[in-house]
Amino acid sequence: MVVILDYGIGNVFSIYNMIKKIGIAAEVTNDVTKVMQASKIILPGVGHFKYCMQQLRKEIFFDTLQERVLNNKIPVLGVCVGCQMLMETSEEGNEKGLGWIKGSVVRFKENELVQGQKIPHMAWTDVTPSKDCKLYDGIEEPRFYFSHSYHLAPAIEIQATATSIYGYPFTASVANNNIMGVQFHPEKSHRFGMKLYENFARLY
Amino acid sequence: MKRIRVIPVLLWKGDGLVKSVTFKNHKYVGDPINAVKIFNEKEVDELSLIDITASRQGRKPNIKKIREIASEAFMPVSYGGGITLIDEVKEILFTGIEKVIINKSAVQNPDLISDIAEKFGSQSIMVSIDVKKNIWGKYRVYTDGGTKDTGQHPVQFAKDCVHKGAGEILLTSINRDGTYQGFDIEIIREVASAISVPLVACGGAASVADFYKVVTEANASAVAAGSMFVFQRPHNAVLISYPSQQVLEQQLYSAL
Repeated sequence: MVVILDYGIGNVFSIYNMIKKIGIAAEVTNDVTKVMQASKIILPGVGHFKYCMQQLRKEIFFDTLQERVLNNKIPVLGVCVGCQMLMETSEEGNEKGLGWIKGSVVRFKENELVQGQKIPHMAWTDVTPSKDCKLYDGIEEPRFYFSHSYHLAPAIEIQATATSIYGYPFTASVANNNIMGVQFHPEKSHRFGMKLYENFARLY
Repeated sequence: MKRIRVIPVLLWKGDGLVKSVTFKNHKYVGDPINAVKIFNEKEVDELSLIDITASRQGRKPNIKKIREIASEAFMPVSYGGGITLIDEVKEILFTGIEKVIINKSAVQNPDLISDIAEKFGSQSIMVSIDVKKNIWGKYRVYTDGGTKDTGQHPVQFAKDCVHKGAGEILLTSINRDGTYQGFDIEIIREVASAISVPLVACGGAASVADFYKVVTEANASAVAAGSMFVFQRPHNAVLISYPSQQVLEQQLYSAL
């Protein structure tokens, strides 16, 4: 069972809707028992990094989540701010991240954007995956919907699994073994996103 | 490749979708869920759904119907109409809607913009500004479906909204709405150059060439249209359409 964590943050149901459409069993929950039994976990997140982190830490399942991911090594996929939370720190607020992937989250550098480009980066953008990332298997010319003002800055280069360009190249997804995250919104990205969630559910 | 979002705007009135000309003469164009399903198949970039009579009738957003529509949509969807409270925003975002649109509330209670931005992030709040050129040739912000002059100038008003935390401005020209005369380049350029967040241009589009024009000449970040996607010209028969990726790549993206 794929568990989509519900900790009072917005985009859980759009993820659920898409996974249901693919025909994969999933559940939106904050129940500790369900987190304990989950075969895979999706960590959603939208809005403020700090607010999301604070809400997540408040959940009773928080310790169980860490245990399942770090000790039992079950696959976890962070989405948007859920992905940013995998990192150690963010420039958006002074709250610590989960630190499961080394590195930080930084604001788009305005002076490195092309003239006329605005923040947030809110667009469909081409994504170039690294060869060995199975999340993108079978997705031709991948493009996804992004909506963010901050982007990933992983400390270990090989943990960046895809890049995109907005003014300059930035990391669009990260992975450290069972821990994965995508900056974009697969649940808003038609067949591209469906395939990515399907890959997460079936290939890991 | 640089991609520009191309956004169909669906006007929701009563049980169905309608389309207007200069915000008047609403013509029925179909059922919202059916329309969303068709736009899914066409892989549209994004959709905006606006309940055009909610505010004027003092109605709250119809959460049940919004949820039904959101559960069928696999692209970003923004919803506007009748939003006055932060709790309504939360409910709407929890149905799977990507962002909320406010229009009249941005005039009446600008603090709602900051409340939404602080709680859900500025990417989840789009302010829709309807502009009309009055008989003296001055641009003014209108509410209540284009019937009420707020006396505000769109540039200053847009700047105020962004200052409050709006993540995006949807600028619609009432004069051009449904006319196929092309975008109002003048006011779009003026507003786009005054704000630091994306501007979505709306009102008057007839073709992909119009999109190209408003992006290159007015610096719009994204484009929106209604009639172009729901009518087939010359007789305005109802037919949902959307330019193919190939057309967009050749006539818009690669030309930028």
